[in-house]
This record gives sequence, C-alpha cells and structure tokens, in this order.
Amino acid sequence: MTDTTEKAAAFRATAGAAPAAPAPAPPRARVLRTVTPWLFLIAPLALLITFTYAPIANMVAYSFTDWDGVSPELHYTGVVNYAEIFTREDLFQVFFVSGYYLAASVVQIVAALYFATVLSFNVRFRNFFKGVLFFPYLINGVAIGFVFLYFFQDGGTLDSLLSLLGHHTDHAWLGTSTSANTSLAGVSVWRYMGLNFVLFLGAIQSIPGELYEAAELDGANRWHQFRHIIAPSIKPVISLTVILSISGSLSVFEIPYIMTGGATGTETFVIQTIKLAFQFNKTGLASAAAVVLLLIILAVTWLQRRLVPDDKVDLV
Amino acid sequence: MNRRTVLAMVTGALLLSACTGTGGSSKGADAKAPDDPSKVTGTIKVLTVRTDLVQNGTMKKYAAEFNKTYPKVKVEFEALTNYEAEVKIRMNTENYGDVLLIPAVIKKNDYPKFFASLGTQEERGKKYRFTDFTTVDGKVYGQSPNGVMPGFVYNKRVWREAGITDWPTTPAEFVTALKAIKSRTDATPYYTNFAAQWPLTSWTYVNGSVHCDTRATTKLAEGDPWAEGADLRVGDQLLYDMVREGLVEKDPTTTNWEESKPRLAKGELATQWLGTWAIVQFQDAAKQAGVNPDDIGFMPFPTAQADGKFCSTVSPDYNQAVNVHSQHKEAARAWIDWFTDKSTYVEDNLAISPLKDASLPGVLKPYEDAGVKLIEVDDAKGAEVKLIDDQSEVGIYKPEYRQDLIDLARGATDGSLDGFLAGLSKKWTEAQQTVGS
Repeated sequence: MTDTTEKAAAFRATAGAAPAAPAPAPPRARVLRTVTPWLFLIAPLALLITFTYAPIANMVAYSFTDWDGVSPELHYTGVVNYAEIFTREDLFQVFFVSGYYLAASVVQIVAALYFATVLSFNVRFRNFFKGVLFFPYLINGVAIGFVFLYFFQDGGTLDSLLSLLGHHTDHAWLGTSTSANTSLAGVSVWRYMGLNFVLFLGAIQSIPGELYEAAELDGANRWHQFRHIIAPSIKPVISLTVILSISGSLSVFEIPYIMTGGATGTETFVIQTIKLAFQFNKTGLASAAAVVLLLIILAVTWLQRRLVPDDKVDLV
Repeated sequence: MNRRTVLAMVTGALLLSACTGTGGSSKGADAKAPDDPSKVTGTIKVLTVRTDLVQNGTMKKYAAEFNKTYPKVKVEFEALTNYEAEVKIRMNTENYGDVLLIPAVIKKNDYPKFFASLGTQEERGKKYRFTDFTTVDGKVYGQSPNGVMPGFVYNKRVWREAGITDWPTTPAEFVTALKAIKSRTDATPYYTNFAAQWPLTSWTYVNGSVHCDTRATTKLAEGDPWAEGADLRVGDQLLYDMVREGLVEKDPTTTNWEESKPRLAKGELATQWLGTWAIVQFQDAAKQAGVNPDDIGFMPFPTAQADGKFCSTVSPDYNQAVNVHSQHKEAARAWIDWFTDKSTYVEDNLAISPLKDASLPGVLKPYEDAGVKLIEVDDAKGAEVKLIDDQSEVGIYKPEYRQDLIDLARGATDGSLDGFLAGLSKKWTEAQQTVGS
C-alpha cells in the first residue's frame, strides 16, 4: 500500500512542476535542446552501427555473391544462394536436431519454474541452492564442452557414477545419433536452466508479499498460489523465455560444436553454416544461410507473439 | 525525412561500402634472393603453425643461427593456433606477415595476388622437390621446408608380440594382422582419432600410394574417386573393414589425440594412420612416458605392387611464401632460402628434406631396406580437385565424410558402404561438371 501512495505523491509532484516549465526558449537553446540528446547518443550509436549493423549489412551483401571468403574477386550472383538453400533438402534436415533441444527446453523451463517457485518461499539454505542452480551458467561454454566430454567418455564420470549406484553400463553415450543428441541436449539444460531460474525468481520476488498473505487467509494452498498469483504475474517473463528457448534451439552451437563437432547426426544449422563458410569456402552461401536463420527466428517470434499476445498484467 | 527512410539510406550506404570493401587487387612481384647477405636489412615477421617451437624457443635458436649469415635482419615469429581460419581473415588486408605458410583456402590462380614469386620453376625445379605444388604460369610462389609421407605409425613391440614381423602386403592381410593383435595382445589394434577429427583427413593421402601412380590427383579431378579399385575407395574400404570388424577403440566419439601418443608408445594402442610428421611427436611421448622410443615404427599402406615392392607418396608440408605487400622482400626471401637449405629443421623433425640430393632420415631406414618406391604425385590438377571438393561439399580434405564412414561401419547410422560411397561419387561427379564449365 505504501508503494501506491508514494507513486501518487510522485505524480502530484511532477504535475505541479509542469506549469512552471520555462517560456518558449530562444532559437539557440532550442537547437541545443534537439542536438544534445543526439550528442550523447553518438558514442553508443557509433559502437552499435560499427559492430552490429555494419557487419550484418556486410553479411547480407555477401549473401548475394559467390565470395569464397578470401579471394579479392567476388561476383554478384543475385538470389542464387537463397534458391540453393530452399531447394536443397539436406540443408534443412539439420533442423530435426533442433527438435531435441526444443524438447529439452520444455524440461528446462518447467524445472526452472519449479525451482524458482520453491526458492521464492522461505526455504532453508535458500541462497546456497540459488547459487548451486545459477553456477553452471557462469562457466564458459567451451569449458563445459570439455568437462562433459570426459563425463560421457567410455568409463568416464557418468559411467563410474552409475556403477557406484550398482548399474553397470556399457553404453556409448555419444555413440548413436539419438543418444548423442539427448546427451547434448541434457548438457544444454544443465547449462541454461540457471539463467531461466534467475529470470523467473526475479519476477516472482517482485510480486507483493501481501497477495500471498491474503491468499493464505482465503485458504489457498501452494499450488493455488502458483496457479493464480505467480503464473499470471510472471507471464511476460515466461513468454520471453519461451521465445529465447525457441530461437536458442534453432541456433544451438557451442555445446555440439565442441563436444562432437557435428559428427554422428548432431549437426545443427549453425554448425552447418560454419562448415559451409570455413571448410568449403562458400562464404556467400553461408551468409545466405545465416540470413535465412535470422528470418526464421524472427518469423517464429512474430508468430508466437501473435498467438500469445503480451497483455498487461493486472493482479489487483 | 522520416526515420525509416534514414534507416534505409544508412543501410544502403553500408551495403555499398561493404561490396566495394574487397575490391583491391595487386600485380605480381618478385622476391629476389639478396646478393650480399651482410647488406640485407629489415625486420620480418614469420607466421607459423608451430606454436610449440615458438613457445619452447626453438624458433629463436633458428633465428639466431640465421643472424650469423644475415646480421642485419631481425626475425620475429607469430604462431597461430588456428592457422587456417585466422590467416584467411587477415589475408583480406595487406598485413599478413612477411613470410607465411600458404593456407589451403587460397586458390592457386590467386597466388600471384598474395605472394611474391621465388623464381621460375625451370630454375628451382633442379634443386628443390615439390615446386609444381605452388607453380602458377611457370613461376614458383612457395617452398616447403620439409616433405611428408603418409603411413601407419605403429608400436613395433606389440606387432612383434602378435607374431607379425613383415609389413602386410594387402588390405586383407592388414586386417588379419590387426585381428592377431586383438586376440594375442591387450592392445587396441587401431585408433581412429574420430573426435579430434583432423587425423581422419590423413586417409585421403592414400591417394597415389595404392597404385603407385603419379597421376593420381589428375584422376581425382577427372574420374570417380570411389570407383571400384580407385585409390580412395581402397583406403575407405580398409578403414570401414577395421571398424566393422571391431578392431578399433570401443567408443570412437570420445577419443583423445594428445593421450593417443603416450598410449601408442606404451603399447596400449597398436596402430594409427598418420604421416612421417607424427613420428617425432610419438617418440617424444615415448621418452616422456619412460618407454623405448625405438618401438615407434612406420609402415606404408598395405598394397605391394606387382614387383612385390611398396610405394609411398612424398608431398610438401605447408609451403612458405613471401607476402607480396612485404616491405622487406629480400630479407623474407633470405629467410625462406636459409630455412630450407641451411637450417636443421629437417633433421630436428626427422622429416624428408625438400632438397633433391638429400638422403632419407634414419627413422625411415626400414623403407630403404624394403626398397619402398617414393613418388611425387603430379599436382597440376590439385587446384581443380580442391574446387570440386568445395563445390561438391564432399570434403576429401575434411574430416566429416570419414566420420560418417566410421559411424556407418560401427552401425550408428543405417546404410551400406556401397550406397554411401555411391552418394559421394554422385556429388563428386556432378560438381566436376559445374567446375569444368
């Protein structure tokens, strides 16, 4: 309640100040006033354009050429590269691999939501568990790849762990396509769940505590509280996470690239693009593939926003 | 002007600048050998893949030795871990060292745009091996400081314990030998190095050895590499059979290249298909593991020719070249000449000398005893083969297709070897037509 009164007070303060705004300024001051924000923006805009938009523009430009990535000569080929991407079935088959990661991200979001909810209540060793869950996200992806390579090795960590539990296995974890993709998707869940968890936890903690109190007085149990208070109030964060997960599943890279290099049917679209650009020196085609991936992700996001519109959350 | 038009204009301008970004080209130049060593001056930067030699100071020792002849030249080294990828990007500028190794990505016809010529093939061919690998229009653009030969690195003790003393003379005999190793010793008969990927590309270098044919590369460009009896097919068939028969490590997907060296030296692994360049590394690993480095042996691909003799191909390692934009071409040329002719690099690495009159290193004595015929495959069509390889996305110089082959052989993917190789043939021959036109 204090929150609302404060806001109201703040509103009154600004409203009161408004009429006192200075009379029409002299022309010089007006120019300055329009120019000043842009002057402040020069530095970030310059960085943004140089390091984000210029390379993207470059990439789009290359996607219309047959450049091999190094030759001083390149030829404009029109939409040939795009035509090739859309007519070659094998280039799109790799998206099946994304299915594993998509399934994994469902597990990931549910688990993250569960842990975030549980740890938002008063639990013993709460901060310790928060740390444990978030920690994997802090390790860099290359290190994770190597760690898990040992983990899945024949007679490695996973095998020894299982045999400690009395289960002796001779399974080659990265041996077949299904097993390898499942294992890699598992690593991905382990790595990214922490991030989702923190996002959810932050959103949950911004829910005013009185709501729970009121709900408890009304006889709601923990599930009811989750269903009717937590879930609706963190809906925007959930939908953001879903978008991130989908685009993440479509563009998985680090973990499979380091652990298997795309062997045994673990090749994703990004790994394939890298191979086109840096192994087969088809920079033009690879740029087109990258543009196509970008468009696919934009389309998925747009579709998702259309299906689940982002309405304003209003709890009270 | 509203915001969208501004944005569109900015994007358009960027696109234009992007398109013209790589427009520069340069005419060829010569890097002439200096007449008077004491007068050559300048600081040159030498790019290399030998990270290990730069870190342990060996390269500095070579430079000090070089300075005894060329006192006024300062040599700096830059070792690149991921050489191909890093140099490729730097070669879009003019700043890619004074001396560098010619990366595989550069098309042969583009050599004059990037490198200064070292002389005519007519003149250099008298003294040096491998000149045709870098010759464009009669001019040579690079020189490899050492030659390499593909072959099996094996543990002699393990092979002896399995009762095999002579090199197998056919692929079938080779598989039988590995079976003997499997049943009579504890060693893993063959190690694929599947996870490290690049060792698998060595299998392409069976090309030429199988039929002792100097025109093998031309045949790749013009024929079907996976036709019955063709070199690559014979090699791939052997690899397939070894995996199929369970003569390789249990889980190829988690192999470890660095570990494989001491393990082979100790006799836990018996054989790997690599090249002469690997011998010195395995011997070092043996010394570090405290086992006998003389146990490391080297044998040719198991196809004895009609006269009962083996055949092996010698090809250049990375070729050193002078940057066409270098300010100190004479000094750079002096380094290449000195490193090739005078340095102890070849002896230190137990490698094959690029000089025509030099003898084989001691470790290849068994080759001399067995009368192995050494040939150089004609590389006139080498550039075309690379083009076909890229265009078809088969990747004979890339690890992927051998990984697929191994997956197929161990049953991780479905299909038959014939079907798999026929698919490669189809892609390859289709690309041959588009590249040719």
